Amino acid sequence: MVALTINGQESNVEAPEQMPLLWVLRDLLGLTGTKFGCGIGQCGACTVHLDGNPVRSCLLPIGAVGDRAITTVEGVGATPSGAKIQKAWLDIEVIQCGYCQSGQIMSATALLNSTPQPTDADINAAMSGNICRCGTYVRIREAIKRASRSQP
Amino acid sequence: MNAQVIDRLKNPARRTAIKGVAAAGGVLLFGFHIPTMRAAQKAAGSAPLQFEPNAFIRMDQLGTVKLIMPQTEMGQGVYTSIAMILAEELDVSLDQVQLEAAPPNEKLYANPVFGIQATGNSNSIRAFWMPLRKAGAGARAVLVEAAAKKWNVDPSVCQTDRGEVIHTPTGRRIAYRLLIGSTTGIASPAEPPLKSIDAFKLIGQPLKRLDTPDKVNGKVVYGIDMMLPNMKFATLAACPVFGGRVGRVDDSAALALPGVHQIVVLEDFMAVVADSMWSATAGLNALRIEWQAGPNAKVGTREVWEQTRVASEQDGVVAKAVGNATQALSQGGDRFDADYELPFLAHATMEPLNCTVEVKQDSCEVWVGSQVISRAQAVAAQVTGLPREKVIAHNLLMGGGFGRRLEVDHIEKAVRIAQKVEGPVKVVWTREEDIQHDVYRPVYLDKLSASLKDGKIVGWRHRVTGSSIMARWFPPGFQKGVDIDAVDSAVDVPYNIPNLRIEYVRHEPPAVPTGFWRGVGPNNNVFAVESFVDELAKKAGQDPVAFRRAHLDKTPRLKAALDLAASKSDWGTPIPARHGGRTGRGIEVQGAFASYIATVAEVEVDKNGEVRVTRVVLAIDTGIVVNPDTVIAQMQGGLIFGITAALYGEITVENGRVQQSNFHDYRMLRMDQTPDIQIHIIKSAEAPGGIGETGTTAAPPALRNAIFAATGIPLRRLPIDRDVLAGRKPNPANT
Repeated sequence: MVALTINGQESNVEAPEQMPLLWVLRDLLGLTGTKFGCGIGQCGACTVHLDGNPVRSCLLPIGAVGDRAITTVEGVGATPSGAKIQKAWLDIEVIQCGYCQSGQIMSATALLNSTPQPTDADINAAMSGNICRCGTYVRIREAIKRASRSQP
Repeated sequence: MNAQVIDRLKNPARRTAIKGVAAAGGVLLFGFHIPTMRAAQKAAGSAPLQFEPNAFIRMDQLGTVKLIMPQTEMGQGVYTSIAMILAEELDVSLDQVQLEAAPPNEKLYANPVFGIQATGNSNSIRAFWMPLRKAGAGARAVLVEAAAKKWNVDPSVCQTDRGEVIHTPTGRRIAYRLLIGSTTGIASPAEPPLKSIDAFKLIGQPLKRLDTPDKVNGKVVYGIDMMLPNMKFATLAACPVFGGRVGRVDDSAALALPGVHQIVVLEDFMAVVADSMWSATAGLNALRIEWQAGPNAKVGTREVWEQTRVASEQDGVVAKAVGNATQALSQGGDRFDADYELPFLAHATMEPLNCTVEVKQDSCEVWVGSQVISRAQAVAAQVTGLPREKVIAHNLLMGGGFGRRLEVDHIEKAVRIAQKVEGPVKVVWTREEDIQHDVYRPVYLDKLSASLKDGKIVGWRHRVTGSSIMARWFPPGFQKGVDIDAVDSAVDVPYNIPNLRIEYVRHEPPAVPTGFWRGVGPNNNVFAVESFVDELAKKAGQDPVAFRRAHLDKTPRLKAALDLAASKSDWGTPIPARHGGRTGRGIEVQGAFASYIATVAEVEVDKNGEVRVTRVVLAIDTGIVVNPDTVIAQMQGGLIFGITAALYGEITVENGRVQQSNFHDYRMLRMDQTPDIQIHIIKSAEAPGGIGETGTTAAPPALRNAIFAATGIPLRRLPIDRDVLAGRKPNPANT
């Protein structure tokens, strides 16, 4: 039994400690917003937050989470940065297939949390771990800048 | 029949083709609703609850307007565009509509171009433009007539606006929902009056997409997100060698793992069924499998290319001949020859392949995101031996398609697993399986020859050698030795050339399965033609834009796109090197998918041969635009898809096995490499063109020609060879 705090709610999960958070979220808890893309930390589709910092949940055993708060795309809209990012994503119409966008939104929200006014170089550094096969990068950049200018 | 199919595939927007659709599909589409409506009325008693004027529209007395989507959404924005077309002619606003995926039903929802339910070839809007407008307009005509009857006025003095009929002389209004009960007995006219283009309220506006709000908060359900009570999770491994079989298996270690329920051993692959994808994957890794490699154990990329080159030396089947190309090439003037080669490519949709299935005694239910939902149903019926009507197939949104989900191999495998499993099972492929058991974009070899006289091309021969995907996937598209997709954008080369000969050599590579990949045939042909034309311009001592322009008199829409792209890209001005490398600008033009596009790419090539794409300017005339923001998005994304292929895309095979396995060795363009992209839409009243694949076909030749301009090196193969660009290796150009 592992105790996890996910989007502000405590869950006791019956799973081995080495089980990656991604599969606990998706397959045991039914929180399918977090996506499986590669399983090796190369694509960023599985990005969630631990205490506001972005992590690849496909590589993170639940035993390593400890008491840090987990935020997923289902809960990130309750945070000021997450709400701004989600709104900017829709205002700019970033999304095509959308499969990678949970991870993109989580990475972008973490960026705004740490760097409220990111430069292009900051955006490159924070976002280059997230692959988008539809090629929405131009709009992701624009949406992050828009969110950084918007009021909560 | 075959000639018609070919014509429709090539020119779906043409008037004759649309007429053909109305005659063939129209009867079905608009004839079907009458029994359905009667049935609905009977079921509900005297007053019908639902108004179902045709296969695409369902309205009820509560005001719900449900639109049935005959084409599938994989990111290209088609759900919004289809809804805009239907809502435009029906005259409702988009916030009044709900969308629903069409069930498998070829009679009602076949793509008019293919004659089957399929989303591909960038033809959703081209194929459905008129059928959907007529569906919307027909429904509107019925509602107007119902209102007119109610008011005892002539329908001609009524108009509509946002879900209401208005009696023009008095201004009296009534909502559509209040007319649902009065539509009984009123038939949709066969040729309902359509709105004139200048009366469009929705079409042409950059409206917000209907599918994206649920994609920012995790609510959207892709195929991979299916969750059912008592569902199990499975993952699979096919023999790593193409065509190989499962030999001896030791499953004791796998079965001992927590969460692992069952090992499914089939002839050609194995699956592990477990409590979660994690346990299933762990189980798969714990299996000891002796594979029987079979006859393909020695196949490698080297042999593939050797065989392809040998095949390309023979005369091909003539796909098009104009004038006398052979004579023009031997006597016409300066002769020039070049060969271009493209590699195998994987699709790598971000959503790995998956399919959820429950097989019961006398039925089967399938949940999957598919570009061909009726084929999904058919393959499940075939595997289970059930009649098709006993297979319920649900189509879910797709995390990318790009042609991979035009295939049903993953559905077939999932059903075979599900036959061995109690209850529903979700089968998810690992990324490794997804890359190593794809249905690949074939290798292509294009041999081009031309002769120049007084700065003009007078003779042209283009021989395409490669797989016939049509022969397997859609046999009517492979006729008399010619695959119409493989020569698309070769037979209709946009330039004025008096003597042309286009040939096709069908050559199937050993072992490696091949299929459609975003951009399909034009991907290869636009690259070969536009690379070659750039080399011809240099041979002729002319500027690449001016040289193309001089050959585009018969294609004014393309010439206008060329002029716009040249002007917006500052063609002819120097490009400052921002990173100390060699800079250049390259142009390409194309008329593929009935869209006229010119693209200028700017690159910087460093001393190590690394290429940075710094800017792309694209001008597009795609006829009437349904949603301009979607056109821009598809161009931006399609370009990045194409740049990715040109810079990195290559699947190689050794000992019958694909050597790449995941995103570390099958690379994708990332944020820090993304160029500035500028898209310019040219206003047009022509029939709509296709957009989903055009950016992807545009990027590689523009990029390649920019490298040519920057370095003087005429690359003849993709992906780019950094050793050649760094001078560490000679360019394998043959002239």
